[in-house]
Amino acid sequence: MIPTRVSHNPIIGPGVVPFGVDPAYDAQYKLNQAPRSHVASHGQGKPFTVEPGPHQRTQYPYVTGTTVLGCKYKDGVMIACDTLCCYGSTKRYKSVERIKKVNSSTIISFTGELSDFHYIVSLLEELDTTDYCEDDGSELAPWEIHSYLCRVMYNRRNKFDPLWNSLVVAGVKHGRTFLGTVGMIGQHYEDSHLAAGFGNHMARPLFREKHTDDMSEEDARKLMEDCLRACLMRDKTMMNKFQIAKVTAGGLEISEPFQVPMNWGYEKFKDPTKHAVGAW
Amino acid sequence: MSGIGTGYDLSTTTYSPDGKVFQVDYACKAVDNGGLALGIKCSDGVVLGVEKLLPFKMLVPGSNRRIAPVDRHAGMAGAGLAPDARQIMSRARSECANYKSFYGDKIPSKILADRMANYLHMFTLYWSVRPFGAAVLLAVRDPATGKYELYLLEPSGECQRYHGMAIGKGRQAAKNEVEKLKLGEMSCLEAVKEAARIIVTTHDEKDKDYECELAWICDDSGGEFKKVPKDIADEAIAAAKRALEDDDAMDAD
Repeated sequence: MIPTRVSHNPIIGPGVVPFGVDPAYDAQYKLNQAPRSHVASHGQGKPFTVEPGPHQRTQYPYVTGTTVLGCKYKDGVMIACDTLCCYGSTKRYKSVERIKKVNSSTIISFTGELSDFHYIVSLLEELDTTDYCEDDGSELAPWEIHSYLCRVMYNRRNKFDPLWNSLVVAGVKHGRTFLGTVGMIGQHYEDSHLAAGFGNHMARPLFREKHTDDMSEEDARKLMEDCLRACLMRDKTMMNKFQIAKVTAGGLEISEPFQVPMNWGYEKFKDPTKHAVGAW
Repeated sequence: MSGIGTGYDLSTTTYSPDGKVFQVDYACKAVDNGGLALGIKCSDGVVLGVEKLLPFKMLVPGSNRRIAPVDRHAGMAGAGLAPDARQIMSRARSECANYKSFYGDKIPSKILADRMANYLHMFTLYWSVRPFGAAVLLAVRDPATGKYELYLLEPSGECQRYHGMAIGKGRQAAKNEVEKLKLGEMSCLEAVKEAARIIVTTHDEKDKDYECELAWICDDSGGEFKKVPKDIADEAIAAAKRALEDDDAMDAD
């Protein structure tokens, strides 16, 4: 048997390349345990060796997405985010689909590192394909996906190589509406409404004020757009191009990108230094 | 001719004087003794069918499946020793997952067939292992071209692409029936009926009970390898059985 490189082996834990599967990875892993030398075994330095010591480049995010919002409503659940991925603070990639369909009843979205999210998606795809091969018509439920992702994230933080994401998982199955989040160190919770990233500070208060579980789809969508606007006008790493995805018992739907109306013509914006003593 | 009892059949590492590897021949015999498996490639997909012999009446219907997907775009039907076939399928799944994880794309049909053939062939080269007592039909939708393909993988490591093929018990009769079909013009929906008919008609009455398993990969199934939906499969099998009974009644008259 050739083991697959990425394992769902329960002994090792999900999302981790097990020891013995990939010699190159094992070697790399070993190298990461102790400072590496510039000098190779043949006594010459490698031309492109950067520095001794463990790799640092996976320890910080490079291309990041910001805010994801999610809320339940009467018939299901919706999540929303913009389509921007920033390189630092540069608005680098402007039409990234940040919401992914996992299976027929689950969607996920992310904040944080884009490539780590791709990796997570590939894990889920692999899991889904394994499931598919059973050909019994059953799929993982949203809460199962969520707990799987909790394990993946926590496992990776324990390796001191966290996946730099907060994830939002939403779905409807067996009449149960699910909305949950998991962070980069494995912290996780479910709620009727939630936000990942900067939206936690900007949108949650609005949700707390106005959100109810039994609100209609239109109301939920309107509230969502208000929250998006609130985030958009305060977060420099957001852009006015959003997608809303909803899951109901009838299936899931990821919307085309759209804009929310914005207004910068507020009175206090007109002469910003007027009330600020010492400004110029 | 040197045959059984001459010592040339003890290992795959020994040829007989007339150039045969008896262990491989025996493996092929094991395939021939198992229930029929057949594959039909039509204009819009591939249909696989298996006559699954049921040794006991108490078996749960639908259990011990002989046809299974190995990836979303590929599936296999095994004939011969069921555990051997399962092992081949499990290897195929690994190959698919591995390719996906390495290249980030679905495995092309040719490569999957090739790798599986190599795998089977490995078991004909060493004295410490026996060749697989199972042959498998492999139905794939090639991810690049979108074309559907049918391969037969044999215990010898041979791998060939077919328009239609049958292996296992009653294969000759089944092959003749498949040859009569107009494969190029046929849709999978029709092919399902034909496959059911061939499996039902070639079934040997002497054998015990059997179950007819049908799966397809076609445009109707969204390019994914799936069981034929229950209503379509049941209808095809029922129609085939009715036709057979009518025939028998006519013969009796």
